[in-house]
Amino acid sequence: MSRVELVSRRGFLGNLFSAGALVLGAKVLPIEALAAGKADQAAWHPSVYLGLETDGTIIIVAHRSEMGTGIRSVLPMVVADELEADWKRVKVEQAIGDAKYGSQNTDGSCSIRDFYEAMREAGATARMMLERAAASEWGVPVSECKASNSEVIHAASGRRLPYGALVTKAAAQPVPKKEELKFKSPSEFKYIGKNLPMIDQDDICSGKGTFGIDVRVPGMVFASIERPPVLGGKVKSFNDQEARKVKGVLQTVRLEEFKPPHGFQALGGVAVIAENTWAAMQGRKGLKVDWELNGNATFESESYKKSLLEAARKPQKVVRNVGDVDAAMSRAAKTHEAEYYMPLLAHAPMEPPAAVAEYKDGKVTAWAATQNPQAVQDAVAAALGIDKKDVICHVTLLGGGFGRKSKPDYVVEAAMLSKKVGKPVKVVWSREDDIRFDYYHAVAAMYLKAGLDAKGKPAAWLQRSVFPTIGSTFSADAQYGQEFEMGMGWVDLPYDIPNHRAENGPAQNHVRIGWMRSVANIYHAFAIHSFIDELADLAGRDRVEYLLEVIGEPRKIEIRPEGLKYWNNGQPQDKYPVDTGRLRRVIELAAEKSGWANKKPSKGRALGIAAHRSFLTYVAAVVEVEVDSRGAVRIPRIDIAVDAGRVIHPDRVKAQFEGAAVFGTSIAMLGEITAKDGRIQQSNFHNYPVARINQAPYETHVHIVPSTELPAGVGEPGVPPIAPAICNAVFAATGKRIRELPLRKAKLV
Amino acid sequence: MIQLRVNGKSREFDGDPEMPLLWYIRDCLGMTGTKFGCGSGLCGACTVHINGAAARSCVTPMKAVAGKDVLTIEGLSENGTHPVQQAWKACNVPQCGYCQSGQIMQAVALLKEKPKPTDQDIDRVMQGNICRCGTYQRIRQAIKMAAGVKA
Repeated sequence: MSRVELVSRRGFLGNLFSAGALVLGAKVLPIEALAAGKADQAAWHPSVYLGLETDGTIIIVAHRSEMGTGIRSVLPMVVADELEADWKRVKVEQAIGDAKYGSQNTDGSCSIRDFYEAMREAGATARMMLERAAASEWGVPVSECKASNSEVIHAASGRRLPYGALVTKAAAQPVPKKEELKFKSPSEFKYIGKNLPMIDQDDICSGKGTFGIDVRVPGMVFASIERPPVLGGKVKSFNDQEARKVKGVLQTVRLEEFKPPHGFQALGGVAVIAENTWAAMQGRKGLKVDWELNGNATFESESYKKSLLEAARKPQKVVRNVGDVDAAMSRAAKTHEAEYYMPLLAHAPMEPPAAVAEYKDGKVTAWAATQNPQAVQDAVAAALGIDKKDVICHVTLLGGGFGRKSKPDYVVEAAMLSKKVGKPVKVVWSREDDIRFDYYHAVAAMYLKAGLDAKGKPAAWLQRSVFPTIGSTFSADAQYGQEFEMGMGWVDLPYDIPNHRAENGPAQNHVRIGWMRSVANIYHAFAIHSFIDELADLAGRDRVEYLLEVIGEPRKIEIRPEGLKYWNNGQPQDKYPVDTGRLRRVIELAAEKSGWANKKPSKGRALGIAAHRSFLTYVAAVVEVEVDSRGAVRIPRIDIAVDAGRVIHPDRVKAQFEGAAVFGTSIAMLGEITAKDGRIQQSNFHNYPVARINQAPYETHVHIVPSTELPAGVGEPGVPPIAPAICNAVFAATGKRIRELPLRKAKLV
Repeated sequence: MIQLRVNGKSREFDGDPEMPLLWYIRDCLGMTGTKFGCGSGLCGACTVHINGAAARSCVTPMKAVAGKDVLTIEGLSENGTHPVQQAWKACNVPQCGYCQSGQIMQAVALLKEKPKPTDQDIDRVMQGNICRCGTYQRIRQAIKMAAGVKA
């Protein structure tokens, strides 16, 4: 069995940072000690996720990154539950990046889905071995021994032994096979389904949580980097005379540019190295860099938008086809068409990208707020020409991620700089860097057309999308939507329409394109759920009734796209089918809880609805808006109904959907990134606004459908229905149809 | 030489008087509970108290805090027991937690000014503090709980 690798921040950071260090158990040893074989030999590690000490301390490894979902607490709770561990004896340790843990890419709303069973297995395995150890100690049948709250109890004799006393004997047991394991029944769960506090909450509320930007190592210097203003730009020459005059500035360093495709490579530029962050930032202001730019310097958002919309009006590559849309369209009593547009968006996590790296003797140790420490290993190894195993990546708390921090370019910068200056280097992006050099959520244009029957129901449906693909980050010539992008609410239209066709057109990227919380679902959901609302309006129908009618009877739909596979989050369709019954159920629940039937629109105040399946989860949102006489939009209430299968921590699920309502509000009302001469025009929260407390929904009610279905995604699927539901409500309140975001640019009165 | 007090302790600073208080607290004192979010006073992540009033440390130069009392999240209470911190935990406010030091410091200042805040008071005072995770609903709930007003 592999040893659990324990990361003691105290061990690494010395006493420099005791106020911010996580408090660790006395027997928890830093990784160097383990490597040197100095660890407590009596400790037992029945799984890479789990270790038990002879003093009864239980160490559970969190191998996924904590960016606010609670996963660092919730997966260990699953292990502890099956282990019958006393939660008070549990220490959670954050794993370093290592392939032995399986995927650590905390992205795609899959941590519970992919690791719920593995965590239960780890806990149940250790529990069975402890019970067997006690049985042999007492010479009684194992069936008479029961683990409970970190003890094994023999009820008949009243004897009991704490886990710590059984560790040595348990470790000598053969590891039971999976089919021998006895899993708890849901009625026996002590932590699963309960709302235990998150383990980091006390630290966070006292300012003691350690984020990437908070890491300090002895001898560390600070870097601020002037990056090429246009993607692919290069440093022609630079003058650092003024920069070096700034007190505290130590040196300047030129960084190599990337070789296309950019992937997770550093962008290049000139770094100012200083004794503190402020001096580095000030020194950077004194740099004079002459850039050599490329064709991306002509990128301009207004003309780019026109080109996307033009492409969306023309026939494009068919990605799903059912029936004969053209014939049905020509027979239709009436047709309706509409275009939708969404701009580039930036993630803007509250903690800008930040990392510390130390290059020493051909090896790199990095500390980073990263969603994907194994990607850090890969990217740093590639940039420095060293082996992946020589890159150790410690994962801190993340001050927000939203997909930005699964791209480790900023860690690569720190590692490259450390190698050049011979000291540990902390790289901190300014907010301006973050907004100007993001991996942007794609700008997208969508064209939709429906052929309606005499009752206003669609008999034909055509949808066409054009956007720069995330594929362009990994392959310079990628221009069409990738399988996963097409699988995000585009080829999986769940409507009962006999003739429908989905198409996708090509687009060239001019900035880095990346995934952001719910990804392509954002623009696909905006177009589809706005358009169905338009059709319901044309038919003069109640939106909920019309939507349920177009979705049709409860059934499982097999999605058969053209020329590509249905992504379905990497899951087989028979395991996670597109189930219209579950989609109907969330619509009905959201309608019921919001009081849909009794809240008829009045001038300036109305409800809107949208329902979307993403990350295998079914979500319906009913949004109530108020539009005042000046056209200002307020959101007094949102009701979200969620079917995410089995739910492990209901309060954190609710929190994710409350947060998604705010994130979706920012997308709908505020967010827009534009470019001129290839340069991003926004720079900070004054011109890239995100929702504040007075703009956010006043109250969001989350209604979880009780379910024993397989667990599905939670972090992202709340986002897609919010923007269309807001816009549909605005239409109901004002008669103004919003086909282009953000809404703040629309004139509502 | 600039003299000031941070969490009750006397300190002296002889660096660049234009350096924002934020970087002094974080890089020179090694107290990292106060966060960098925007550098322009736009997001509130860096909120501390200066002579009892909430201030954005990222746009407050060191020369402006000479002779002043600075309170950071680390000095707010022993062991996170301030009523606002307790309410934050009772409502499970934090998600990623990065903005919460600033949110808590701002909320403490709000309650000093308005012990029984209305929704409008909360909007007015807390709108300078961005939470990208979107915990606003629970922030409002926690402020009301700490104030003992009906949610």
